[in-house]
Parts: sequence; structure tokens; C-alpha cells
Amino acid sequence: MEELVKVLVSNQLIFAFALVGITIWFSYWLSDTFTGGRIHGSAIAISLGLVIAWVGGVLEGGNKGIADVEVLAGIGIMGGAMFRDFAIVATAFGVDIKELKRAGIAGVVSVIAGVVVSFVVGVVIAIAFGYDDPVAITTIGAGAVTYIVGPVTGAALGASSEVIALSVAAGLVKSILVMTGTPAVARFIGLDNPQSAMVYGGLMGTTSGVAAGLAATDPKLVPYGAMTATFYTGLGCLLVPSAFFLVIRALFG
Amino acid sequence: MIVYGVALLSACLVVGLFLGELLGSLIGVQANVGGVGIAMLLLILACNLPWFRPLAEGAPSAGIKFWSAMYIPIVVAMAARQNVVAALDGGLLALTAGVAAVIVSFALVPLISRLSKPSPERSDSIQGVE
Repeated sequence: MEELVKVLVSNQLIFAFALVGITIWFSYWLSDTFTGGRIHGSAIAISLGLVIAWVGGVLEGGNKGIADVEVLAGIGIMGGAMFRDFAIVATAFGVDIKELKRAGIAGVVSVIAGVVVSFVVGVVIAIAFGYDDPVAITTIGAGAVTYIVGPVTGAALGASSEVIALSVAAGLVKSILVMTGTPAVARFIGLDNPQSAMVYGGLMGTTSGVAAGLAATDPKLVPYGAMTATFYTGLGCLLVPSAFFLVIRALFG
Repeated sequence: MIVYGVALLSACLVVGLFLGELLGSLIGVQANVGGVGIAMLLLILACNLPWFRPLAEGAPSAGIKFWSAMYIPIVVAMAARQNVVAALDGGLLALTAGVAAVIVSFALVPLISRLSKPSPERSDSIQGVE
């Protein structure tokens, strides 16, 4: 047993490849056997991943899901930002430039509208829950943008750690819901072509949410959604702690 | 050589992320602004330039296609390392804010999609009417 743990720990990433492969095989088997392929195998695999992450969080009390278990740390490397970004860029291979240009202004509008709308929704909810301090309201609104904009804004404005934790949690809820909800709503929001995928990426903005949501819906749309989503967090970090905070302070200060 | 394709992909990502960091510090933001998106544009550009085309055809392209195909497995691993416990521990406020933001954003997808240029077949028929 000791020998096995030693081998697995020193070959974390390789072990992760095997585990993820088995998880995906199991998910496709579930998809075929119980849903006749109606719920996509990758959608099941991603949901299964989230359940496993929850188990890991409960077991270890860390913040990296199952990757906090020592022998499973390779999952953390494989699913970390480095490999994620590398694979996202690879999906751009074979993208049609004409499709990108066709979305044009809609892609730009979607990123701006996405940041504004998510922020406003977060602000309204914060106020509904009784917050009246502009710093706290802005930070929670920032969390509804993404779980990166939340803490960046909170740190810049000097929000309490409790409020920052809340903003991260709101961003995580958003990201997880985008991952699991996208395949279910895709049909109703017309998410079936490159242009709407770009608009969707810009509106949702959470890179991990968009990456997984489109993967579970139609992998061909991934590069288009990822392209716009990647500008969202940057724009949020630019606008929220500056312009948006000034507006909130003027309204509620 | 497969590695040429992998090298092209890596170079695009590193240069893109670097430009994203520069853009971030230029506008005074603590975040990488569009690094991955810039990297994707660089890869698309490289595949269409005669200079780089040999790196994106034949054997080298297999190096890029492999990583493109590894995308879903990587996303599954990414899901397994999310802080799901913290998301659930955030309580009702975090849950409501996250859910409401997603629902409103989903609802806007079809509205803003209308701003995109129609597909060629449709624009042809519009011209026909004119």
C-alpha cells in the first residue's frame, strides 16, 4: 500500500489522466444506459466532477475540491488554469474568421452588457438582504460578475473578509450553474451557432463556467464562447472598483 | 513533426497571456485582460499565414488537434477541483445572487444575438427584397 501511494503521488498528473478517462467512460456509459444518450456524456462527466469536488471539499476542508487529497493532486494540475487555457486555445484551431467577424458588434456589446447586468443583479440582491454600506454592496455585486472580480474589488475597496467570502461564493454559484445549466437552456436561448456562442460567452463571462457549459452543449461552439468570455473578467476588474463603485457610493453613500 | 504544432500552440498561449498581462497593467487592472482570447486569435492568424502554415498542416497539426481533443477531459478535471463546498456555504445571499445573475444573463443571449450580422443566406434574401 505504501508503495502504491508513493508511485501515485510521484506520478500525480499521469494518474489523473487515467482517473479522468475512467470518469468519462463511466459517464458515457450512464448516458447511454439510462438516458439513451439524451443527456450528453460530457454533461454527466462535468456534473460528476462537481460532486467529486464537493466530496473532496468535505473530506479535506480545502479550496481545491478533490485535488486537496494528496494522491489526487494531479487532478488539480490537469484541471488548473495552465492546461485549461492551453486546451481552450487549441480549440481555436480550425475556427472560421468569417464567423468571428459576423458576431462583431454583438460580441463587444455582450461583454459590456454582461458585466453591467450581473453587477446590477448582485447589487439588488445585496440590498434586498439588508446591506446598506456602498463597499459591501459593490463587493457582492462584483462577486455576481465573477469570483475573481469579487475579491479584487473587495481588496481594492477594503471590504471585510466576510463580505469578500460572500462575493467569492456568489461567483462560484454562478460558475457552477453556468456549467450545469447551459445544456438544459441552450435550445431556448438559441445557443446553436457561433454568433450566439460568442454572445453567450460575453454575457456569462466566467471562463470555467463557459468552458464547461459549451463543452457539455456542443464542443464545436467552445472557441467562440471562450473568445469573448476571456475579456469579461478583465473588464469587470477595470469597471467595478472604479466607475461602478462611484455610482453605488453616489446612490447609497 | 508533431512537436512543431505543439510548439506553435504553446508560443501562441505564452505570447497571448503576456500581451494580456501588459494590457492589464496598461489600464491598471489586477487581471489578465483577454490573454487567452488574444492567444486564440494568434493561432487562427498563424494557421492562415503562408509562413506558419507548414506548422498547422499534416503531422504538426496532430499536435494541436490532440490538445483540442483533450479539452473536455481537462474541463472534467477542472470541475473536480472547484470549491463547491464554499459555493454551497455562502448561504442564501450567495445562492440568490449567483442564480439571479445567471438567469438574467441567459435571458439576454437571444436579444443581443440579434445584433450579429445575419448568416450569408439570410442577407442574400434581404438584398433580394430590396
